[in-house]
Amino acid sequence: MKISEIAQLVDGVLVGAPVDQFYEVEKAFASDLMSDVLRFNMDNTVLITGLCNNQTMRTCEMADIRVILMGRDKQPDEDMIELAVDNDITIIKSRYSIFKLSGILYKAGIQPLY
Amino acid sequence: MHYTFTIERGNFADAGQASSNVKRTLKQLGVDPASIKRAVVALFEAEINAVAHAYGGTIDVDIDAEKVMMVVADEGPGIPNLELAMQEGWSTASPQVREMGYGAGMGLPNIKKNTDELKIDTKVGVGTTVTMIVKLV
Repeated sequence: MKISEIAQLVDGVLVGAPVDQFYEVEKAFASDLMSDVLRFNMDNTVLITGLCNNQTMRTCEMADIRVILMGRDKQPDEDMIELAVDNDITIIKSRYSIFKLSGILYKAGIQPLY
Repeated sequence: MHYTFTIERGNFADAGQASSNVKRTLKQLGVDPASIKRAVVALFEAEINAVAHAYGGTIDVDIDAEKVMMVVADEGPGIPNLELAMQEGWSTASPQVREMGYGAGMGLPNIKKNTDELKIDTKVGVGTTVTMIVKLV
């Protein structure tokens, strides 16, 4: 699924790096624990999280995560957006809860990481 | 190639900067992506551990054609029970550290998983030195 399609499904707003039109999201992982995120191969995986700080960006940088779906109406600050741009990470902001976001993506065919 | 970075206690705003710099350098050197990921995940976890638990420290990184050697040395409380600390889920992180998204007790296990060689020297009340080697493919 394309990043823009996910944004549409969750009524999201795109910030950070410009959308890579060719990037395909196949899986999702929902977590606010960054060390858990670092345990797995996150290729073509969207991170669904409500953790909104610089460490979210750094973790995604290290894990090669290109798309973050930020729920609970969290608002990334300028530092976070700058880190996202520097590291080619697109953030989709949504007012929905993590549970709702997970359900929407699951229903749309996105696979769980495990 | 040798690089040195400084770790500041509790500075979560800049935590990860060293790992980020190392990642960029390895990319520029054309190191394969899988090795880069292993090295930077291990270094990032060690860097976060030092920021979260220690009073300050240094990171030394040496890169050659065969390996990346990373040494994270801190002055701090040390690890009283290393065997427990290596277990998944064991954590002594403060509420503040947990708010930053850490403290899942996966730091040292993640480091072990992503390194080819790992040595941890720790002394209670003095500090901890984590030496990590990732072989390059």
